[in-house]
Amino acid sequence: MGPPDAILGVTEAFKKDTNPKKINLGAGAYRDDNGKPYVLKSVLKAEKMIADEKLDKEYAPISGLPEFCKASAELAFGENSAVIKNKLYATAQSISGTGALRVGGAFLKAFHNGPKVVWLPTPSWGNHTPIMKHAGLDVKQYRYFDAKTCGIDFKGAVEDIKKIPQGSVILLHACAHNPTGVDPTPEQWKELSQVIKQQKLLPYFDMAYQGYASGDVTRDAFAVRYFAEQGHQMVLSQSYAKNMGLYGERVGAVTVTCDSAEEVGRVLSQVKILIRPMYSSPPVHGARIAAKLMATPELRKEWLVELKGMADRIITMRKMLRDNLTKEGSKHNWSHITDQIGMFCFTGLKPNQVERITKEFSVYLTKDGRISIAGVSSKNNAYLAHAIHEVTK
Amino acid sequence: MSSPRSRFADIEYDPPIEVFQLTENYKKDTFDKKVNLGVGAYRDENGKPWVLPVVRKVEAQLATDLTLDHEYLAVAGLEEFCIASTKLALGEDSPALTENRGVGVQCLSGTGSLRLAAEFLRRAGFDTVYVSDPTWGNHLGIFRDAHFPNIRKYAYWDAEKRAIMFDRLISDLKGAPPNSVAILHAAAHNPTGSDPTQEQWAAIADVCEERQIFPLFDSAYQGFSTGDLDLDAWAPRYFVRRGFELFVCQSYAKNFGLYNERIGNLAVVTRDADSNARIRSKMRTIIRQMWSNPPAHGARIVATILNNAALFNEWKEHVRTMASRIRSMRELLYQKLKGLGTPGSWEHIITQTGMFSYTGLNTKQSEFLVRDLHIYIMRDGRINMCGITPSNVDYVAQGIHEAVNKVDSKV
Repeated sequence: MGPPDAILGVTEAFKKDTNPKKINLGAGAYRDDNGKPYVLKSVLKAEKMIADEKLDKEYAPISGLPEFCKASAELAFGENSAVIKNKLYATAQSISGTGALRVGGAFLKAFHNGPKVVWLPTPSWGNHTPIMKHAGLDVKQYRYFDAKTCGIDFKGAVEDIKKIPQGSVILLHACAHNPTGVDPTPEQWKELSQVIKQQKLLPYFDMAYQGYASGDVTRDAFAVRYFAEQGHQMVLSQSYAKNMGLYGERVGAVTVTCDSAEEVGRVLSQVKILIRPMYSSPPVHGARIAAKLMATPELRKEWLVELKGMADRIITMRKMLRDNLTKEGSKHNWSHITDQIGMFCFTGLKPNQVERITKEFSVYLTKDGRISIAGVSSKNNAYLAHAIHEVTK
Repeated sequence: MSSPRSRFADIEYDPPIEVFQLTENYKKDTFDKKVNLGVGAYRDENGKPWVLPVVRKVEAQLATDLTLDHEYLAVAGLEEFCIASTKLALGEDSPALTENRGVGVQCLSGTGSLRLAAEFLRRAGFDTVYVSDPTWGNHLGIFRDAHFPNIRKYAYWDAEKRAIMFDRLISDLKGAPPNSVAILHAAAHNPTGSDPTQEQWAAIADVCEERQIFPLFDSAYQGFSTGDLDLDAWAPRYFVRRGFELFVCQSYAKNFGLYNERIGNLAVVTRDADSNARIRSKMRTIIRQMWSNPPAHGARIVATILNNAALFNEWKEHVRTMASRIRSMRELLYQKLKGLGTPGSWEHIITQTGMFSYTGLNTKQSEFLVRDLHIYIMRDGRINMCGITPSNVDYVAQGIHEAVNKVDSKV
């Protein structure tokens, strides 16, 4: 019997729990302050518009909707970047972030002329390793999270990266690192760029939270854009699951930046060969919505406001939780709760504490102590603080 | 600032997939009588794509339904979709269903279902897959990317007789080594349009039993062959009655006209309920590594329609409409060719079923049609009957007539 997926298994257990005070802090899906899924109004508008257009259902191109791909690349790199202005992006629509990583991984397996190894930060999203292995790549790790400070182990990261064999692939979380919520500062990104260049590593950016981390899509794309400006060739995976709330419609994009428009053509021709035997072509419904949001000025404005709203609520919850823990009388240092960014928080809870908090308080989170702040509300915040305090005092 | 040479500077252009290149070339063509008989998508009598009215209706409902969200589906998909879809494949009264050993996994259309099936079967120890000669081109790519070391063909199409080469088919399958899978087209074989008779299916089942070949049914055209959903599912249901464990890869691209929403189902039939649950759990692990969970939109549309009696009947009517239009175009083309006195036998055009016809035109003749007459057909002579309309059938018939008479009949 295959083991239940660690993250999704938490939700299954949560569903069975009859405690009215139960809290699900497992899977990373945004919840409003009432703990409900939030369908963006801009998304609803776009959906209605699309239904009225009565478009056909013909196959999308293998690499997806061209208008979506263009808008997606622009969102990542910025309209005024050299990559966009000179059309140096080979972008294909993908099955959300997972699909982008899987296709990108397969592309590197087939065509990367360096070691077929991808280096992940420790820890990384649990699904990175299975995806890359399925794509045929070897997986190794570099130091990243410092459990003592619940912050970044920057010295350790740089040390490890300097030792990565030249030409290997290094995976970087563009913003809102999952699961820790710990991101490098802009200065640290600059240093990483240098070290990575020295080692001639190929950066593979996973950007699943653009706009969702700080509330600002430009700020959250800093690392990607900086690296592009510094001349790094890169692979990029984007997801619109969280920042547009399009989780189940599977909207994403995979990009390889190239030297010339001609190379873009060649690269895309090979990417299509990888996609065709997997699912032939992507689903359009979500991509049509995403394209509409990005390319229609009034809708884009509305979307960005809603996106900032979601990010702000999370930032507010972080502050509230930290304040509540202080109120509980906790002696621990909880500054990481507000220092970390994005949907997730690496609390620092140990496995036995996680077990206790689930058993005794019906608070559901993953064994590594990761909580999804999206599941925290102004209504359950105090209870959560109390529960955390009880198992850590 | 100069950057180092691209790491991908040496990548070559991979040749575009023929069927898509054909459509691209067709679109660029400015010839006013051009006809696209390439890609397998239904067209109405005006040569236009047809979004099924029942699909439009349901989509409009979904767009304004405020109780719906866009949350992740389960890894194995929308349960009410999987159940209804598996029922459609196996039949309501299937022993597999009543005995709780027939379950579905939502996948990205037919391709995704086949890929999941291939990945799972490879891990289960299968290493040889048999495909019909010819078959849908992507079958090979799918099993190759799923790391099947042995991809073999079983004889299928007799180009001379324009019929199934049945004795060779059986003898080829009889040579199957252990741990073999055979891809069987449930109905409306792509590209030949020629299906085995019920007696022939029984003989195929005998060989599969004898050689312990795992039957993998590709069901992309349920309803398109005869217009009847149950008749078109006869073969996989027969195999279930015979006691086989098998998979049915279902696509709703054509029969629901949902091409671009990528909606399909992998129906798993096992000998017992326990294996069924275990297989599904292994499949979830594989899915997690490829697409994590499937797209919701298409699943909601199909589930809504399959689970509502009135909508279901409406849909069945649409399927009958499509199938009968195709049949009448087959008749019409056949009559035109006979009328022109085109050399050769053209009966296969009306005995074949489904979207495609393997005309029997050779590569040179096919290329002539495309290049000189702007009639876009595949190099192997496959045409999509849906591309034929009352207004272009004369031109197409004339074209075939010319090709057969003028172009070298030896390949």
